[in-house]
Amino acid sequence: MLGQLIVSGLAVGFCYALLALAMVIIYKTSEVLNFAQGEMAMISAFVAFLVLDTYQFSFPVGLLLTLLFAAALGAVLEFVFMRQAKNPTLIGLIIITLGFEMILMGIAGWKWGPDQRSMPFPVPSFETYNFFGLVISKINFWTIIVCLALIVVLFLFFQYSKLGTAMRATQQNQLVARLMGIRTKWIFSFTWAISSIIGAVAGMFIAALTVLDPPMMMDPLMKAFASAVLGGMTSLPGAALGGTILGVVENLFGGYVSMSFKSVVAFAIIVLMLCIRPSGLLGKHFVKKV
Amino acid sequence: MDIKRSYYEDIELFRSKTTLFWSLLFLIFLIFLPWIVAQTHVLGLSVYLLNLIIIHAIVAIGLNILVGYTGQISLGHAGFFAIGAFTTVMFVGQLGIPLILALPLGAFISAIFGFLLGLPSLRLEGPYLAIATMGFGMAVTTIIKHTEFFGGRMGLQAPKLYLFDTALKDIHFYYIIAGVAVVLAIAAIKLFKTKVGRAFIAIRDSDIAAETMGVNLSYYKTLAFAVSAFYTGIAGGLYAFILGFINPESFHIIMSITFLAMVVVGGVGSIMGSIAGAVLMTYLDVKLQAIQDIPGLGAILVKFSEEYMTMAGISNVAIIVYGLIMILIVLFEPLGIFGLWIRTKKYWKTYPF
Repeated sequence: MLGQLIVSGLAVGFCYALLALAMVIIYKTSEVLNFAQGEMAMISAFVAFLVLDTYQFSFPVGLLLTLLFAAALGAVLEFVFMRQAKNPTLIGLIIITLGFEMILMGIAGWKWGPDQRSMPFPVPSFETYNFFGLVISKINFWTIIVCLALIVVLFLFFQYSKLGTAMRATQQNQLVARLMGIRTKWIFSFTWAISSIIGAVAGMFIAALTVLDPPMMMDPLMKAFASAVLGGMTSLPGAALGGTILGVVENLFGGYVSMSFKSVVAFAIIVLMLCIRPSGLLGKHFVKKV
Repeated sequence: MDIKRSYYEDIELFRSKTTLFWSLLFLIFLIFLPWIVAQTHVLGLSVYLLNLIIIHAIVAIGLNILVGYTGQISLGHAGFFAIGAFTTVMFVGQLGIPLILALPLGAFISAIFGFLLGLPSLRLEGPYLAIATMGFGMAVTTIIKHTEFFGGRMGLQAPKLYLFDTALKDIHFYYIIAGVAVVLAIAAIKLFKTKVGRAFIAIRDSDIAAETMGVNLSYYKTLAFAVSAFYTGIAGGLYAFILGFINPESFHIIMSITFLAMVVVGGVGSIMGSIAGAVLMTYLDVKLQAIQDIPGLGAILVKFSEEYMTMAGISNVAIIVYGLIMILIVLFEPLGIFGLWIRTKKYWKTYPF
């Protein structure tokens, strides 16, 4: 029972971790909390559904098209709206991302209606693997593997690639990064595109694990925020760790205490964490300059 | 021109005879408005829609006290709205308390929750506070949904109200709601001419500076949350009775966002602006829900929907327009309708220049 709950919690937790990573990447670069992250992932999952189910493309082609769409979506949102805001206040930036959220949700609701659909996925959800007495459904297993691989790739990208280094430099100090010859404006668009791709992968997995309908990302978005707060809004490893912990804790709570109050766990974790250690598990302590 | 010569000039409600005259005229207009609407159906309004607009105006004023005047963001006001609605209905339906007492009681409970949510705001700011309040809003609806006491997933039926053996209808509620709204709006305007209101504004401008001036941050920040929650709680109680039926599903995060949108569109930091924002956004929302009935544009959209989209989801156009308005306001007119008003006023005052 315990192992079972932990394993299925891990699968969900890695999805939260991906969403939280997507959020933290944007937050670190431009100090914008992206409330539209969930809806960007949702609409990408719907595009995957459109390509795979309605137009019947093969899975690799469909995946590629979806990821391209996600990248374009992120870059376009950054280029068309975020960049135009002059001297935006914090509330202003949050309102802009909330505006995206509503627009994307409206488009998805208009195009696909309120019906619940199931995501076409090459891995069947009812078959299971058996590891030493632990039963794992195939879809959970592959979610864990793919998410882990993606997280590792992301870390390598940020640590060793030229673009990743440029992004880190922009995060640290925009002005100096520009002086060093980095096109920071491009970096912003890239950041949004990469974040949108990561979100899209998470969205596809969440759609496959649950159902595909326009409000599906409301809850996971909240969980992703909780993970980011738990791990530290300014730390990439923190976000990944936070998501994993949240997924497992939440699943254990659902299994042992109460199933119906499962989604309150995220709120409790946010409040507790913010009261005890606002910078998060792995975040650096943040001191505001006057 | 606008020089204030004494302290009492600063705190008086009506700055000139002209303002007093127009305010009285507006009040008389409010009294006759339902009659005009019932007779002419001007702009497709109905008394029910008027009630909804005024309730949203109360919420917008309450939220503006928090967002516009104290500088704390909240994405959880649907939670306070739900608390106000459910507690008021419980007080009236289960305990038989008259509405006039139940409303402030429900709002008071909402204010207590506001105080509790205000506590973490002492350590948080900006994005962190947005996350925490959003979590609060979601937690409230989840808890209500899973508590049998509050009717669970099915929600609650608001009891019918009687005054001298006549069942109250929309038109009666209009006068109750409008009366409450006028009182609350004046209270809000007056609030910012007192010590408490000035402390709120000082916190918005710079909390560190305010603290060094002797403003007790923890007291005033939690107070701002409590006052804001009180306003929203009253609005929630009234909302339950004009709707006749409340369901936890309807108090979702989108509702909190639309409240915030009203404040931003109306004008951050302006009571009159928040009323204007609530009027505009509620009217647009209700009218766009039935977009296919709008002459001309409706037919085109229906055709477009049948061709490329789905007919079942055509009411989602309302959400898209809402989101677009929010973004455009932030990009081009950060002070919202109030900013437009200020600009036109300035233009005419200094006309030839």
